[in-house]
Amino acid sequence: MFSAFRTIVARDLVLAMRRRSDVLTTLFFFVIVVSLFPLGIGPELDTLRLIAPGVFWVAALLASMLALEKLFFVDFQDGALEQMLLVPQPLSILVLGKVLAHWLITGLPLVLLSPLLGLQYDLSTDTIGVMMLTLLVGTPALSLIGAIGAALTLGLRGGGVLVSLLVLPLYIPILIFGAGAVEAEVSGLGGVGHLSMLGAILLLAVLAAPLATAAALRISAE
Amino acid sequence: MSSRLINWFKFSSPATFYPLAGKIARVSAVIAVLLLAIGLYMSFFVAPTDYKQGEGYRIIFIHVPAAWMSMFIYLVMAFWAGMGLVFNTRLSAMMAQALAPTGAIMTFIALWTGAFWGKPMWGAWWVWDARLTSELILFFLYIGFIALQGAISDARRADRAGAILLLVGVVNIPIIYYSVKWWNTLHQGASVSLKSGSSMSAIMLETMLIMTFAFWAYSIAVALYRVRSIILEREKDARWVSELPEIRS
Repeated sequence: MFSAFRTIVARDLVLAMRRRSDVLTTLFFFVIVVSLFPLGIGPELDTLRLIAPGVFWVAALLASMLALEKLFFVDFQDGALEQMLLVPQPLSILVLGKVLAHWLITGLPLVLLSPLLGLQYDLSTDTIGVMMLTLLVGTPALSLIGAIGAALTLGLRGGGVLVSLLVLPLYIPILIFGAGAVEAEVSGLGGVGHLSMLGAILLLAVLAAPLATAAALRISAE
Repeated sequence: MSSRLINWFKFSSPATFYPLAGKIARVSAVIAVLLLAIGLYMSFFVAPTDYKQGEGYRIIFIHVPAAWMSMFIYLVMAFWAGMGLVFNTRLSAMMAQALAPTGAIMTFIALWTGAFWGKPMWGAWWVWDARLTSELILFFLYIGFIALQGAISDARRADRAGAILLLVGVVNIPIIYYSVKWWNTLHQGASVSLKSGSSMSAIMLETMLIMTFAFWAYSIAVALYRVRSIILEREKDARWVSELPEIRS
């Protein structure tokens, strides 16, 4: 079972490395959205510091949502997904592997790049650290929850817009606790409580989301 | 002789449920009209003017029942979704589908009347209060469900995909509600609170209960009329449909 998990992760990573442009698209989307806000709001650093957590998190939400479309679609098109449904190992394990690979490709670069963008918003080193931590805990949960939406809308007309409608309301708790942790840390309250809640959401998502995604995949691919 | 006393699945078949739904829907519609007439009369002419909020408070006789219904209908839909997945009954998914527009409308009414109430009472159409925000998110969840059902042309897939979405949503609702609540208390002090009103007088409470039952009856009637249409649409090739008197004539 574990070897199937490893195989899926390795396969998806190799596939992504063969098509690097997909990885970079998500990353640059994040960079552009974050850079647009100062242009719209104005260059005052006090304002920017204030809105930075919210901007970063909303941008991460949108970037993660945009990347969802590719999560199952390529496998669905070339028939690999149907073979995965027939494999004796539980489908939820394979789903977990695919989501992990997806997060390593689209989520992790975003976390690693966020300090650089944090400097644009004149955030202190401590704040940047907390923000990286929240993104590190929060973005895997985004990928896991988003996978349910991606599986439900697999192969539908206008699937991309539909995914946003299904998934964004479910992202709201992650947004609240993610941005809240940074804000609480800045205001001196300490973001540990928010971070714990983010961790709890991540654990719940790891346990439940692959099952729901597997059920949705079976429905969509039948 | 049958070993079971009650056949629980008798009305899970569209053919047996269709006439039953018609009867219940007619009775519910009559009850809804009667209760609505009584309730509206009481809320406008019998219930006294509130000493603090003036005449404007009367909007809660619409607002509160709609808000209750909006939350309750989502739970009922999730219940039917679970039933549909477990027992694989076609009718359960049809019920969930039939309830969705009513639930969305109730959510919309609750938000709309809430804004009308908020303007004179709080001085703002919209406040980022925890309840308002979670009601808005509930509206998004309804819209997402309806959009998903509309996008899938295969009825069977639409049923089951919608059911999974509903179950995921119902797990998320408490998480969303509490996260919004904590977010709200962190961001701003309780400058406005829905709890600030005085405790209600008996006549106001009675009026609100009558209005609530009217909304219940309305929702049942409309949902069952809608489920009858869905049954006819999906079963249009079935023999029992072609033998219905209203189809034959």
